[in-house]
Amino acid sequence: MRKTTPSQDFIRGIWNENPVLIQMLGLCPALAVTNSVKNALAMSAATFFVICCSSVLVSSCKRFIPNEVRISAYILVIATFVTLADMLLQAYAPVQHKELGAFIALIVVNCMILGRQEAFSAKNNVYRSLLDAIGTGIGFTIALVMMGGFREILGTGSFLEYSLFGANFEPWVIMVLPAGGFLTLGFILLAMGFVEQRKKTKTTLTAEQSP
Amino acid sequence: MTDSSVKITASPHVRSAESTIKIMWSVVISLIPVVAASIYFFGPSAILVLLASIAGCLLTERLFGSTPGSLADGSAMITGLLLGLTLPPGFPLWMAFLGGGFGMAFGKIIFGGLGQNVFNPALVGRAFLQAAFPVAITTWPAKTQHWWALQGDNFALPFMSPVVDATSSATPLGNLKFGDDPVVTPVIDLFLGTTGGSLGETSALLILLGGIYLAWRGHLNWHIPLSIFVSTFVISGLFFALGISQFPPLFMLFSGGMMLGAFYMATDMVTSPITNKGCWLFGFGIGFLVVIIRVWGGLPEGVMYSILLMNALVPFINRATQPRLFGTSRKKKKEAGS
Repeated sequence: MRKTTPSQDFIRGIWNENPVLIQMLGLCPALAVTNSVKNALAMSAATFFVICCSSVLVSSCKRFIPNEVRISAYILVIATFVTLADMLLQAYAPVQHKELGAFIALIVVNCMILGRQEAFSAKNNVYRSLLDAIGTGIGFTIALVMMGGFREILGTGSFLEYSLFGANFEPWVIMVLPAGGFLTLGFILLAMGFVEQRKKTKTTLTAEQSP
Repeated sequence: MTDSSVKITASPHVRSAESTIKIMWSVVISLIPVVAASIYFFGPSAILVLLASIAGCLLTERLFGSTPGSLADGSAMITGLLLGLTLPPGFPLWMAFLGGGFGMAFGKIIFGGLGQNVFNPALVGRAFLQAAFPVAITTWPAKTQHWWALQGDNFALPFMSPVVDATSSATPLGNLKFGDDPVVTPVIDLFLGTTGGSLGETSALLILLGGIYLAWRGHLNWHIPLSIFVSTFVISGLFFALGISQFPPLFMLFSGGMMLGAFYMATDMVTSPITNKGCWLFGFGIGFLVVIIRVWGGLPEGVMYSILLMNALVPFINRATQPRLFGTSRKKKKEAGS
């Protein structure tokens, strides 16, 4: 297995292996609840809580989980924390809870969380797993806020419900509809692919120039 | 077309003076009367909206077009022209420009340019505008007193809403479906084009003439418009006779975007089936969907969505209607297929 330093574990999930934009995991919440920055933030916070708690629990219990039933065990752990998050949100932010609806409960099936348990927490110690979970959670938050910002600015002309363009702004209704989610994700991936390609051609060019 | 990727085979070759550029420009020529009529009916607003959508298309093709020189083949010009003709006269110019750019980028260039696209780019642009700005695209300002006065608010600043006139008129379709006092507009008005509506959809007569010219030149497959008209007429006639719908069949044929859609959008060479049998199936599907959407749908007009939906089915239609190989029997073909 490849050796990584703790700081690499932390930083990896934020950008280089961003769960949504690079690994394309957890797309369901990224498409469904990013019609405003507020929703995106609430969703990210709930997911952040779940991934950190379950990573810690899974990595500390990894010796007691039989290999044959590990996936169902991970799901149980995740579901426990999702129920917790669901109840906490309902108690302290009932408006947000209503807005997000079923998508809070659907964090259970967010493959990004299960993926981190299977790929990382089950093989590493608690400290490393926590760092990895925090990094991945931050990466998820960045992706969701990017999408939410794009969609909210074009779809309603505001950012965090603060109006940017005045009352006369013509909202792009499509951006707050589900189709807008797909469009936005497509735009972001397009931009990232474009940058990546330019970088690649640059490196090959410099490699060719220096013999 | 001078394209080095074209496979060169041994002689004999069939020589033809036909080229993409020639076809595209004859389509533009056939649209001249329609454009002239829209300018006659709607004044300078028509020119502005058309220019804005054409500019959006040309600029996008220039910036992102995959093959160099793709600007010159005229296809971007036609997309812009057709998109402009489906927009209401008082449409803000920045929206028309955006629609042209979107239709070009996401209807054509993203698939790999001319010949590769699945959907008609002009209709993709319009579908985007319909979804993004549902109010602006269904606002039909009342006729102005003077011909030279602008309709609606063409010069709304980018990203800002148009200031809509207090008096807005209804299109024949919208009036019959949602109006407080539904009247069937006389067919002769629809035929000549003295009604409200999008730039290019008012005069059925001129579109018919342009379409016949193109069919005579062999640039469009007449099976497609004919099958659309026949199926629309028969299905809506049936519903009208049974008392299910309030749309008379002739009204159905000459109102809304029917003529423009049937002659110029559905017959797009890239996005229509290749066999005549397939074209009849394609046209029948469009006619059927148009009637369904107009009678029961939430929108007054359904030509755009019908054509886009059937565009998506074209590969399947092509596969299903492949002609039998000469010398093989029907039975054998089935065996080979299974």
